Order: sequence, then structure tokens, then C-alpha cells
Amino acid sequence: MSRERLLNALLLAGLVVVPGWALWADEPFTITLATRAVIFALAAVGLNIALGMGGLVSLGHAVFFGIGGYAMGVLASHAQSYTPLYDGLFTLEGTKAMPVIWLVAAAASALAAWLIGLLSLRTSGVYFIMITLAFGQMAYFFAISWPAYGGEDGLSIYVRNGFPGLNTLDPIQFYGICLAWLCLALWGHARLRRSPFGLALDAARQVPARVQAVGLDPKRLYLVALVISGAVTGLSGALFADLNRFVSPSMLSWQMSGEIMVFVIIGGVARLFGPVVGAVFYVALEHWLGGVSDYWQIILGVVLLAVVLFGRGGLIGLVCGKERPDA
Amino acid sequence: MTPILFAEQVLNGLQSGVMLFLMAAGLTLIFGVMGLINLAHGALFMVGAFAAASVAGATGSFLLALVAALAAAAGAGAMVELLVIRRLYDRDHLDQVLATFALILIFSEGTRWLFGSFPLYLDVPPWLGGTVLLPGGIEYPTYRLALIAVGLLVAAGLWWLNTCTRLGIRIRAGENDREMIAALGVDIGKLYTVVFALGAGLAGLAGALVGPIQSVQVGMGEPVLILAFVVIVIGGIGSIKGALVGGLLVGLTDTLGRLLLPALFRLFTDPASAASAGSAFASMAIYILMAAVLIWRPTGLYGARA
Amino acid sequence: MSIKTLLAAASLAALASATQAEVKVGMITTLSGGGASLGIDTRDGFLLGMKGASEVEVIVEDDQQKPDVAVQIADKMIQSDKVDVLTGIVWSNLAMAVVPAATAQGKFYLSTNAAPALLAGKGCHPNYFAVSYQNDNLHEAAGAYAKDQGYTKPFIMAPNYPAGHDSLNGFKRYYGGDLAGEVFTQLGQTDYAAEIAQIRASGADAVFFFLPGGMGISFMKQYAGSGVDLPLLGPAFSFDQNILQAVGDAALGVRNGSNWSKDLDVPANAAFVEAFEAEYGRLPSLYAAYGYDTAHLLRSALDVAQPSDGDAFRAALKSADFDSVRGKFSFDSNNHPIQDIYIREVIKEGDVFTNTLVATAITDRSSAYVNDCTMK
Repeated sequence: MSRERLLNALLLAGLVVVPGWALWADEPFTITLATRAVIFALAAVGLNIALGMGGLVSLGHAVFFGIGGYAMGVLASHAQSYTPLYDGLFTLEGTKAMPVIWLVAAAASALAAWLIGLLSLRTSGVYFIMITLAFGQMAYFFAISWPAYGGEDGLSIYVRNGFPGLNTLDPIQFYGICLAWLCLALWGHARLRRSPFGLALDAARQVPARVQAVGLDPKRLYLVALVISGAVTGLSGALFADLNRFVSPSMLSWQMSGEIMVFVIIGGVARLFGPVVGAVFYVALEHWLGGVSDYWQIILGVVLLAVVLFGRGGLIGLVCGKERPDA
Repeated sequence: MTPILFAEQVLNGLQSGVMLFLMAAGLTLIFGVMGLINLAHGALFMVGAFAAASVAGATGSFLLALVAALAAAAGAGAMVELLVIRRLYDRDHLDQVLATFALILIFSEGTRWLFGSFPLYLDVPPWLGGTVLLPGGIEYPTYRLALIAVGLLVAAGLWWLNTCTRLGIRIRAGENDREMIAALGVDIGKLYTVVFALGAGLAGLAGALVGPIQSVQVGMGEPVLILAFVVIVIGGIGSIKGALVGGLLVGLTDTLGRLLLPALFRLFTDPASAASAGSAFASMAIYILMAAVLIWRPTGLYGARA
Repeated sequence: MSIKTLLAAASLAALASATQAEVKVGMITTLSGGGASLGIDTRDGFLLGMKGASEVEVIVEDDQQKPDVAVQIADKMIQSDKVDVLTGIVWSNLAMAVVPAATAQGKFYLSTNAAPALLAGKGCHPNYFAVSYQNDNLHEAAGAYAKDQGYTKPFIMAPNYPAGHDSLNGFKRYYGGDLAGEVFTQLGQTDYAAEIAQIRASGADAVFFFLPGGMGISFMKQYAGSGVDLPLLGPAFSFDQNILQAVGDAALGVRNGSNWSKDLDVPANAAFVEAFEAEYGRLPSLYAAYGYDTAHLLRSALDVAQPSDGDAFRAALKSADFDSVRGKFSFDSNNHPIQDIYIREVIKEGDVFTNTLVATAITDRSSAYVNDCTMK
């Protein structure tokens, strides 16, 4: 077993043991914190599909995160007030059922990713970073001044949405749902990496010309990667909104895009578990530093800086060295 | 809408455009020469404004305040380059994004630690206060006219620096082939520090110039940073000329959009909803402009390299 | 977020007598970033008001002005710290994220500032008390004053977000006449040259604006240098103690709607202003005054009942039996205050910019949404 695999296994074990301990010790807030970390990790797994496999540095992933959140907010708020979403040729009702919300969130984000990808993939490099940022800002300003769903105030959902057979209001059960999604996404990502599509995408990232030579269109591969990536991040947005029972334009802000990217980078780009390491590290650090000083963000900045300067390849690189064994 | 109002708005667009140019010029220079994405550029803008506000408060002299802002921002820039940025040139953009993101946190909270949480006071100097009457009957603030003038002067100065001086030749050579000029005996490390300090100084100058008509507070650099990125991407990264054209385009689009879009919506709906819808679209206008430019020209208006 | 201040308003005595029945209060407010000055004043005013209340433990945490962080802190305070009462949120969008969930879990929430329309009307809750005002109140006062002054063509302006819309609606509700123009600016906008040019061209006879925080500072500085010389009106937020020094002369003479002023002639107010200056070495702001009043309301209720006895505690809060720094103070059926709202003018006292009372705009004002609330 390589060092990285061992680390991954330890990490997964930690994600089960720590909340289990919290349940036993009656520390429900630790579970909430762990849920937050797991959801952020899921969002970052989404980004890692585009970033790690396709080399697409998107500084606009908050768009998908936010769309997922709003999918939950819009559907649940209509269900809550018993007003149909659309009442014309046919009637479309809101819902409080998580599976439906997830489906809508993933589909809507995938659609957005497809549209943004069609336009953005004409550019590359830094221009791609910036054009995704521009789409993010458009979505953010639109959400702020869109009065129908609360504008900057956002939407509050009083009771968490339901999942058949589970009590989602119980922190540990909701955590279970989120962890299950994270594991599923990690498994899917691992499969994707070894699939023909994944190998082609990896080749397209390294030498686009070679892929073209065998008759594949690199742009097309990128587009598919972006759509999958957007759908996963959108799903995590729906979960995040459910965790907070609240959605607002701050989920669409460029700082959010930046944070999702920071999770991936501190963990280690293109490492399967990079996003998980990054999100857990960031959430824990933020929580712990908050108690240290009023000016804790200075310390956070210094730690992040240290990780970049001394840990090439992120934290996983720091622990496991440079090689990138295919996990 | 009267022609005078329109003309005044064009001036306002120009003014905000040249201030954006000051920010964008440094950013694009740093990217062009070192290939570095510097998210902390907005923090240097803030450093300039805070330095200007404290020196103006202590001495009462606006010119001294400007000098202090330039020096503080350039000094902070040089220090950051030597301590951090230097180690990032051979890394990919991701590491640079993360490191400069961390620098934003350090600068913002560090400034709050030094200066407190309350906004600082900085005012237009008396000799630039009031308004002047322009031909055509436009009453325009003197200070804003001065800003336009300073911005254009800096643009001319940069052009001169770039084309007529030894430093300019080295900068252009560095953009094209850094190994080659290093081989020719130019101390590339020193050149990078100078370029970074120059870009930082320009950002600090912009902060100090804008400080008297804005709120000098922690976090003031971030909205400007995003706009400056929009500008350099529209203009083409690495191109000073592109930064100027992009700055003016963004300034004009933003200002005129805020005037014309609500007026356009008033044709269809009541004033209150027109104001709201118009404002919503105006806030998206520059990003739509940027996306459109990139779709049309994937490397910006004057960008040479893909 | 931060667990920083485990500040029992307490003294050492409180630590010694841990056997006492303790009440825990969680304060969620903004202590870092650009909006920190508002949260710091809220916290300082509240802690000053809690001084000597040894039976109360106050936990203060920083929400970074982010709704999701505020929700997370609220969860932590409710789940781990087991607080009985929450308070302290400055911003309406954060309040909308936290308050409905907290009150639904049976906790009490006392608002030191934000009081959005929904929570005063359809979304009102017996455990939610706004000690400050209802969001529209200070804008309504400016509207009433504009009418009193005989302005016939005011130009009105606010950022394009829910609180901005509420602001202009509040102004129009009490002004009722024609407008020279109505403009929505962008949230976080820093340059107002375009709007000032429109004001100049509109033929207005006064300008009403709501631009909280740095936006107001930028606008006033630019307005002062623009040569436009129309009277300015606004709600107190842009003319408050924490930002006036940064605006300087540009704010002199501006009339603003407020339900508190440091020279309001009420004994409790004089004592508050003096104590605040003595403790912190600066003049109190509106937010500090609300924080202080909230502390006293809480203590008056704790004298009668414990939060564990929900009904009795709720009734004790509702009776509002405390000496408000605002003088007259009572709760309407929707748990929002009925109070007088004044007009202040910005003046310079020595080197310090501050406000003085010039008129009473509306007496015994409740809120526009009270009839939408089903509570009696």
C-alpha cells in the first residue's frame, strides 16, 4: 500500500470515527462542523474533476455551488408556501424531497456548466480563469438584484428537507447522507480517471495535439469534464443550503469560488483525496484559529502561505512526496 | 436627457477609466514580465490609501501624502516580492493564486490591526476643491479633472519608460525571453523586484488619488481588483496599451450603463421597477462586455500570446 | 468564527459562585473585515449594559458578515454552548438566515439592529424581539421630515438590494409627493459621479439617500466636491458616530432620521453616554445604544423570570420594563418597538463630528407591517 493510499484510508476512517465520537460525547456541533467540511470537500471534488483532470482553472465554480443552493431554495420555498413554481399549460409544484432536489440541482448546474463551457472554452490559460470569474460575477449580481427569491437577503427554509426513511434534522443522519455522497463522488472520480474518457482527458491536458491526431476534439473533452464537474459542485451546493437551511447570493460570490479552489490546492491538485484533505484542513483551521485572536485571518494567511511555499503539491505532497500513484 | 448630462457622464467614465488604468497597468506589467497572477494587487491599492490618509492627517500636505503612498506601496511590493513572490515564478498559476490570496488576508487584517476598524479620513486638498466651468456649461469637480490629467500623464510616462529607457528595453526583453536577457548579463532578479515595486507603486498611487473621494477602509481594494482584472483581460494581458483602452472601455460602459439602462427600461415599465431592473443589468454590463470581448477575441484586444 | 470572548460581564465573583443558575447569551456579530466597526460598537454597548450581571455568561463570536458563518455559529451556540438567548446580528441578510431557525428551536432572539420587513409581518415570532426599530422606521422619519419641510421634488437613491428597496418605500410611505428621480445604485459601489450628475440635471430640491457604510462615505465626499448644493437627508446609518470622522466637513448640516441621539434628554441616556466614553474612550454610536438597551431589556426580564420558563420570560420581555436610553419604549403586538423618531443634524463639537437633535419626525411610531403579523 502506498503512503498516499494509507493516508486516504486514514482520512476516510477519521471522517467516520470523529463524528461517531462526537455523537457519543454529545458534541453535536462537531458533527455540524464535519458536515460542513464534507460538503466543501464534495464541492472541491467537483472542481478537481475539471482542474485536476482537465487542467481547467475555473474561478467561477461558485456559480454551480450557488445554482445548486438556489435549486434547493426555490423548490423548498414553493413547497413551504404551497404555491406552484409554474402554473400555465401544466402545473409544476415545489418539493421538500431531497432526491428530487438533488436531481434538479445537478441538472441545472450541468446545464449552466455546458453553457458557460461553450463560451469560455474558446479561451485558455489566464483568460479562462478570468472569463469564468466574469460569469460568476454576472450570476452574483443577478442574484442580488433579483427580487423574486429574496435578493441579497436570500431564502430561508424553516425545516430541513426530507429523505425517505431518515430523520434529516438529526445532525448525524444528515452527516451520513453527505458522507455517502462524498464517497460516491470519490469513487466516481477514481473510476472516471481510469476510464477511456479520463485517459483521453489527461492526454488532452498534457498534449492537446496528440489527442487531436487520434481524432478526438480536446474542446469537447473539456466541455464534458466541465459539465460533470459543475453537476457535482451543484449537488454539493444543494446539500450546503440544506445544512444551513438557507441560501443567499454569498454562495455565488467570487470569494466562494476562491475558497473552493483553495481547498483543492492546499490538499493537492489532481490527487484523488486532495479536496478532502484541503476542506477538512481549512474548516478545522478556521474553527480553531477563530478562538486564538481577533485578527486570526492573519494567521490563516501565514499558514496558507507556508503550505504553498514549502509544500509543493499541497499537503498530500508534503506527506507523501512527489510521486502521483494512481489511487 | 440633455447633451450636457451626457457629456458630463462621458467625463465621469473617462475619469473612472484612467483610475482603473493605474491599477491595471501595474497588474498587466507584472503579468507580462513575470507571468504572475497577483490577487494581492488590491491590497497594495489599500496600502497606498492608508499611507496617504495617515500622512495627510499628520502633516496636512496632500503632496507629501501622495509621495508616502507611492513609497509605502512600492516598499511593500518590493518586500513581498523578495520574501514570497520570488519563489513562485516557476510555479503554475494555481500556487500563485493561493499565495496571493493568502497575502490578501494578511494585508487586510494586518491593516485593521494597525489602523483599527473605523474608516480613515482623507479629503481633497483645498487647492483642488470646488468645481470648474467647462466649455458648453458643464460644471465639473476640479479634483476629478486633475485625476484625468494625472492618469493620462502616468500613461504617457509609462509609454516613455517602455520605449525610451534602458529599463523599458529590459522589461520588453524580459517579456519575450527571460533566459536570453539573463544570459546577456542582466540581473533578472533585480529587474523583477523593480518591476513588481513599480506596479505596486502605481496601485498605491491609485489608492491615494481615489482615497479623497472614497471611503478609506479595510477591504477597499477588492472591488477594484476585480475591475482591474476585467480591464487587463479585455485589453489583452501584458499590454499597457490594452490596459489603457480596456480601462476607458470599462469606465465608459459602467458609467453610461448606469445612466442609459434605467432610461431604456423606463420606456417599458414604471419608474421604480425600471430603476431596479436597469440597475441590475448595469451591474452586469461590464462582465457581459468582458465575456463578449473574449468570445470574439480569446486573447483580448491587444493580447499577443495565447 | 471565534470563541473569543468568554466575557462574563461578570467579575471574579461570578467565577467563584458557579453554583448560581446561569443564563447563557450568545452574541453573533461582525468583528472582522470591512463591517467590523458596527459589530464592535454593538458588542461594546451590550457588554457595557451587562456589566455586573454576574448570573449571565455572554459568548461573543465573529460572523465575518457571511450568512453561512452566522448560521454555523448559531448552530454551535444552540447545540454545544446551549445558550438561551441569541442577539447581536447587524445585517438583515444574516438575520434572515439565523432568526427563523433559532426561534423555531425555541430560543429567544433579541435584535440589536437588523429588523427586516418579513420578521415584523408575516414571519413574526413570539420569541423574536426587535429592540432597535423596524428597518423602515428611520427612512419613514426622513420622508415625514421632507414633507414637513415642504420639499416638492426630492431625488431618492439606495442600493439595489432588499434593504434598499425597503428604504425607498419607507421614505415614500411618509413623503407621499412627487419625486425628481429614483435611482438604485449597486451594492458596494464606490463612485457616484454618474448619480450626482443625474441629481444636478433632475431639478430636485432635496436629496434623500440610504448608503450604509463605506458607500455613504464615498457619496458624501464626492457630493461635497460636486458643486451641487441641495439639502441632504438620510437615515442615521450614514451619519453615525463610527463613520462621521471619516467623512469630515462633507457631512456638516446633513439631517438624518434616528430614534436615538447622544444629546437625547433622558437620564438613562446621559448615564449611558458618560459610561461608554469612560469605558472605551470614544463617543457611542447608534449600534452601541441599541446594544446597551438590549442588555437592559434582557436584565429587566431576567429579574422576573428565567428563559427556561418560556411563557413568563416572554411576557417579561414584552412588558419592556426597563429604562431605555430612548426614553419612551414599548413593544407593539409584533414585538417591534413603538417609539418616537427624530431628526438629527450633523455638527462639529470641538474637533469631533457628531449629531444634535433638531426635530421630532414621527411620534409613537410602530411599523408598517404590524397588521400582517398574526400575534396579538
